[in-house]
Amino acid sequence: MAALDRVQIAKVGKRYGTERALASVSLELRAGSMCALLGHNGAGKTTLLGVVSTLVRPSAGAVTYLTGDTKVTGADVRREIGLLAHASLCYGELSATENLELVAGLYGVPANAQAIAALLDQVGLDPRARGREARTYSRGMLQRLALARALLTKPSLLLLDEPFTGLDRGGALALGEQLGALKAAGAIVVVVTHDLEAIAGRTDHVAILRRGQLVLEERTEGRGAYSYDDLKDLYHRHAS
Amino acid sequence: MLRHAFRIAWKDLRIEVRSKEIFATMAFFGALLAVIYTFAFPRDDAAVRGAVAGMLWVAIAFTGTIALGRAFDRERENDTMRALLLSPVPRLSVFLGKAMAMAVLILAVAVICTPLLALWLNAPLFAYPGELALAIVLGVVGIAVVGSVFAATLLKVRSRDVLLPVILYPLLVPLFVAGTKATASLVALHPNLDAAHYWIGFLGIYDAAFLVLSLWVFESLVIE
Amino acid sequence: MKKLVPYLCLLGAIGLVGSIYLVFFQAPLQFGYSENGRLNGSSLFYNQKIFYFHVAHAFVLFTTVGVAGVSSIVFLAKRDPRWDDVASAAVDVAVAFGAVVLVTGSIWAKAAWDVWWQWEPRLTMSLLLWLILVGYVMVRRFAGPSADRVAAGMAIFGMVGVPFIYSMVGQDSHPASGKEGVVATLGPGMRGAFWACVGTFHIWFAALVITRIQGTRAEREVRELRERGLDLGVLQ
Repeated sequence: MAALDRVQIAKVGKRYGTERALASVSLELRAGSMCALLGHNGAGKTTLLGVVSTLVRPSAGAVTYLTGDTKVTGADVRREIGLLAHASLCYGELSATENLELVAGLYGVPANAQAIAALLDQVGLDPRARGREARTYSRGMLQRLALARALLTKPSLLLLDEPFTGLDRGGALALGEQLGALKAAGAIVVVVTHDLEAIAGRTDHVAILRRGQLVLEERTEGRGAYSYDDLKDLYHRHAS
Repeated sequence: MLRHAFRIAWKDLRIEVRSKEIFATMAFFGALLAVIYTFAFPRDDAAVRGAVAGMLWVAIAFTGTIALGRAFDRERENDTMRALLLSPVPRLSVFLGKAMAMAVLILAVAVICTPLLALWLNAPLFAYPGELALAIVLGVVGIAVVGSVFAATLLKVRSRDVLLPVILYPLLVPLFVAGTKATASLVALHPNLDAAHYWIGFLGIYDAAFLVLSLWVFESLVIE
Repeated sequence: MKKLVPYLCLLGAIGLVGSIYLVFFQAPLQFGYSENGRLNGSSLFYNQKIFYFHVAHAFVLFTTVGVAGVSSIVFLAKRDPRWDDVASAAVDVAVAFGAVVLVTGSIWAKAAWDVWWQWEPRLTMSLLLWLILVGYVMVRRFAGPSADRVAAGMAIFGMVGVPFIYSMVGQDSHPASGKEGVVATLGPGMRGAFWACVGTFHIWFAALVITRIQGTRAEREVRELRERGLDLGVLQ
């Protein structure tokens, strides 16, 4: 169960009936890197994330997951993926602790009470709320639970779809820090977002989609990360 | 794979036991249907004997389909179906788990509605309780299996509320007919146990065939 | 495939003329259910002739469920939209054929039993198959972008359901229904006309389906060209 260190997206296309969501997108994701996937609404960012997370079958092309030189397939890939989306992916009728216990069971991850409590501390979920049903949580609390859920399985490929929406400035910055730490620890992080400020200073790889096509892919190649102005500039120049 | 399926089924049932939303509303709906039937049909014994089998299975059909829709709607609320499919659990386990939970839920509703129908219509539904139970269990399993495939497939599809019955009812007709004929054979003035056994066997084969088919195509249908 | 259509139409035209000749001039006039003595051919006369066309169209329903089911399986495996085109076109045309079955069935029922509808095995089976096909069309129409996938599922399940429907209607004991299998009740003089009709209407069915598939493909090509144009910035 080794961590993924490269994901190769090769000429991936996706059609939904008559609608073309993606057209021949090729991209490589590397360990220890944070990729910002940018573009207007409807450009195909969520679809691309869906393909990478194995939840959407590409109409053309393929995604290859590698650990070293070995290909990883099937359930082993899914074990390494963590997803943080706009929806919390948690059951409203269960409490935070119960949700995490369920996830641990599904992923085969040991889940004693201390480990779960420690994780919930790390994301900052109020201890008094942990026993309540998740549908009583505020948006911010739900996001924390969702983050805990994503981190519980120690994913090597972390996919985030608009994770900063609904968070206040403090929450967004805190999340940004968490992501930076994960990237430093060697994970592959992909963020789809419009909130360039939250990812500035941490992103070293930018990919911009427009109408399903990849119009720009750029890396800083060790020269640090993109600043807020860099990102804004790239976005305005290429996204439309 | 089965272990994960049980885990998922248990999770669903635990949620339902807590909220009781689907069970309570569907049991009530089934009871209301029974009441409406009593007004729709004349009270004489012969007419009732002829009709009660059909009434029972129509009630199971309606409550079952609505329960399916509502149960899978829950997985839509926080996109938890996506979470299940994303996990390393085999996708067939997700299907089996949901189907098992649905079968238990719909069966629970049927267990409430059947005695009510027998009571209010004064019909000898329990003349052969073993056969009746078997017929209902097999029927409910069939609905749960086929229904779970399509309810999961339709999760993110437009018009899903109205399309689920449109898809399910034509496909489930053999099941409903078999169930009705089995029940009718048990309730008739001169019960025909051979016929009942034939139709129960039919239900069993139907369930087996569609279970195998569902296992084969579930992942293909549900992954976009 | 495009070239096939004119030949199919020609063959179909010959078949149609031939069938009509066989049905009206060769096949015996009397047609009665002799087992129960309830009916005999004299009340039917020429009305019975509709049986040949009615059942031929019903056979097409069976063929369609098979074709749609198999194409859908291949479509789900390969995700090549051309297989989906086949299923979709076949079902669309078959819905029309199914309507013919039900209407001619009614006419025959009125002539034979003096009721507009009868729950006899053949009519019931046709109705149930037709409902599956209509359901497929509804799904395609209303399910949005994922319609192809969902409809494929319905076609496959429908196909697997056919043996169950067949055995279920076969169990129906109805005095007016006569023997179960259709072909078995045919007298020797009728077989020629019968199979000629079945063949002819399958040819027409194939011609219509192929034409429809061509239409779908042409639409797709136009759409893809438009996309290419938009991508290149040539179009707005």
